[in-house]
Amino acid sequence: MSGTSTASRWGLRTLGLGYLLLLLLAPLVMIFYKAFEEGLAPPFEAITSADGLHALKLTLLMVVISVPLNTIFGVGCALLLVRHKWKGNGVIDAVINLPFAISPVVIGLSLYLLYGTDGWFGPALAEAGIKVLFSVPGMVLASIFVSLPFVVRETVPVLQEIGTEQEQAASTLGANAWQTFWRVTLPAIRWGVAYGVVLTTARVLGEFGAVTIVSGSITGETQTLPLFVEKQYANFNQAGAYGASILLAVLALATLLGMNLLKRKEDA
Amino acid sequence: MEAHPATAQMAPRAGMRLPGVGAGAGRGLVVLYLSLMVLLPLAALTSQSLEGGLGTFWDQVSSPLAVSSLKLTVICSLIVVVVNAIFGTIIAWILVRDDFPGKAAVNAVIDLPFALPTIVASLTLLAIYGSDSPLGIDIAFTRTAVVVALLFVTLPFVVRAVQPLLIEIDREMEEAAASLGAGGFTVFRRIIFPNLLPGLAAGVALAFARALGEFGSVLIFAGGLPETQVSSVFIRNQIESGNEIGASAVSVVLLLASLVLLALVSLIQRWTSRHERGSSGGLTTMPMSGSEPTGSKEEGDDERN
Amino acid sequence: MGISVEGASKRFGDFQALNDVSIDVPDGSLTALLGPSGSGKSTLLRAIAGLETLDTGKVVISGQEVSKTPPQKREVGFVFQHYAAFKHMTVFGNVGFGLKIRKWDKQKISDRVHELLQLVQLDGLADRYPDQLSGGQRQRMALARALAVEPQVLLLDEPFGALDARVRKDLRTWLRHLHDEMHVTTIFVTHDQEEAMDVAEQLVVMNEGRVEQSGSADDLYDHPANEFVMSFVGEVNQLGESYVRPHDMDVVLEPDDRTEEAMVQRIVALGFEIRIEFVLGDGTEVWAQLTRAELQKLELREGQIAYLRPSQTKSFNGDSPSGDRGASTPLGAQDGGDAERSAAV
Repeated sequence: MSGTSTASRWGLRTLGLGYLLLLLLAPLVMIFYKAFEEGLAPPFEAITSADGLHALKLTLLMVVISVPLNTIFGVGCALLLVRHKWKGNGVIDAVINLPFAISPVVIGLSLYLLYGTDGWFGPALAEAGIKVLFSVPGMVLASIFVSLPFVVRETVPVLQEIGTEQEQAASTLGANAWQTFWRVTLPAIRWGVAYGVVLTTARVLGEFGAVTIVSGSITGETQTLPLFVEKQYANFNQAGAYGASILLAVLALATLLGMNLLKRKEDA
Repeated sequence: MEAHPATAQMAPRAGMRLPGVGAGAGRGLVVLYLSLMVLLPLAALTSQSLEGGLGTFWDQVSSPLAVSSLKLTVICSLIVVVVNAIFGTIIAWILVRDDFPGKAAVNAVIDLPFALPTIVASLTLLAIYGSDSPLGIDIAFTRTAVVVALLFVTLPFVVRAVQPLLIEIDREMEEAAASLGAGGFTVFRRIIFPNLLPGLAAGVALAFARALGEFGSVLIFAGGLPETQVSSVFIRNQIESGNEIGASAVSVVLLLASLVLLALVSLIQRWTSRHERGSSGGLTTMPMSGSEPTGSKEEGDDERN
Repeated sequence: MGISVEGASKRFGDFQALNDVSIDVPDGSLTALLGPSGSGKSTLLRAIAGLETLDTGKVVISGQEVSKTPPQKREVGFVFQHYAAFKHMTVFGNVGFGLKIRKWDKQKISDRVHELLQLVQLDGLADRYPDQLSGGQRQRMALARALAVEPQVLLLDEPFGALDARVRKDLRTWLRHLHDEMHVTTIFVTHDQEEAMDVAEQLVVMNEGRVEQSGSADDLYDHPANEFVMSFVGEVNQLGESYVRPHDMDVVLEPDDRTEEAMVQRIVALGFEIRIEFVLGDGTEVWAQLTRAELQKLELREGQIAYLRPSQTKSFNGDSPSGDRGASTPLGAQDGGDAERSAAV
């Protein structure tokens, strides 16, 4: 580093790395240590218990529904914002940023109030026999809300960067709008989109606050893996809590890996 | 190269429609999706909070527990944001300017709080800094715990906001300053830091918004005792005791704070892009890993001959 | 047949890019749209392609009005200044793109792509990606891509603008040869008059959204319609109301009733030709173009007083629509004779 002495370089390194060690790495290592404190069996059993498996399935269900929806929305919205100027684009942009800044509990509550029995949609839904709260649909809505921005936010800069000339060239070569999108635009932005998808997935996998309020965390019914962790802990079931945490931590690490690989592809 | 006014405007032109639908219909769908998923719930929240009129709203928000939780939340968030502003900048610095074995791994790990479920973070912080702590530090169920949990979740915001700016900084400015006699810290203070300020400010604003609303990581580690109850936990408790108006009133307060902070970030970015070569065309960029404000480039930038 | 544009106008916000422009491009010809930045030449080209819509006016290609037809259906090949290569496809994929859209079968596509790659001398590079090619190679690929679908018209938007001077010259020649072989009606846009004169059969000079003049290179050079065309196509000196080409500026050492006194400011040798910069009594700066031989005969030095006699001038009265309104005044053909007299310095 030019301009800094060796002493200050080491000083900064110690401060920075030390901080990271205490704050990030130690807890990460701790999960694995604590989970296997009493051997491999207890966490494994907890995860493979009926409730544990159900939680896992439910979590994956959230991902499988929310991520594609938000991806399609994300790419379409990015195209709209970048390629078509409109006065309201700023407003759309602002609304998309909301999930970044709003507390998950507030999100959960707002869904609760919208779809609850006293809520705006409550009576109509009750009559139609559709259960949103304390049930999968509500949890999906919560997952979508919290993970909405990622694909848009990651796709917009990439779209801006590739410019419109390739698309114009494709149109002079006879491609219609869909062919241009599918053969030229999408391949050009695919790493940005992929990165957004990974972030969306990670968010949905880990979501806690909003889903817990909307679902009631009913064991074996509306409990995703993060909710399962909390319930197990509350019931003094360490093995269960840590076992599920391990699984989530492994998924988190896989996400980190994915993020890094994709970041490199994006920069290439 | 001839600056073509049409390209600069990026106006819609023949053949550039959205696949399958026109721009108008596409816009309609986007607005519908956003309304359904985001705006309607928030509208219901706001409406519910005012169910008993402004008087009730105020009573709920000014109840002792509500106030103490808000105070705690705001104070802890401020502390956290200042601490992470400092450490986040240091970490961004060593990631960009320094070189050491394992740097790539460290760079990857920064995103851990983005990827790890908050509840798991809470659990592990408890394991390491709780009663069974291998390090002998027990801060569980204290206000310090709140601070530590918030430090964990907000660290990446600052690092990822500052990193790209550090990378982009024109080294020649620093070299010029050095040739004029400025020492290391002076160069940082007068040359580098002012250029980092917009990114830092945006990162701090987002971190603050995140800290205000944080729930999962605080829940288990700090617990729900009145002294350590942050607003999000307060809200959850109110819901469970059936006090929906109270919960929604405090929620609206948090929501307003979020809106203000987002507006702040947007302003900062608009102000920054006035001084920069390329701008994001009026769209904001969030300092998340990988999402760097590149601005719109002309295609010739990659030409090689 | 060929292309014609009638009464085209286009506005971008406050900026009038095209102002009642009409041109005729004969079938099979090679035409250059020449003009400075902002003259509207790119806009006109893009309007012909359908990448811009006109506010008024119409575009007719091969006898059919295409003003409302989208670019996909106009059968125009378009080559962009920055290549617009499909970065995620190989050279083969790029060149074959239009054919794939038209659902040709694989073998036919392969045959045609290889045929074109041979034509543009990129055979062997079919499996490379655009970022592995040089700028000149990328532009040839872009050309092959545009030609693959056998367009009626080939449009090139400052095709060599992003390339090195040397590569630019090579590709210019190459484009001319290509046109000789293929005879596709071709229009290209450039701001480089040398390039236009070198390559095109017909030049259309544009300025501020209007056509100033169109014709062959000789027409425009020898009979410019107005001072803009004269100064854009070739070099020019302004003497009062008249305009003189530097090589029509004779330099003599003795004054007579047709000369003007001037002081030598600077003598620059540019290879074969010599450029002498003069300043006149009233402060006007002009320059003359001489050969080395001529300079040697005159033995001029900086600071010396000499005499300038334009052998041909042009003057333009008022506005000029296209067509030659310039009054040319040849002033007698004496050159070498006067310079032979020795100069006492």
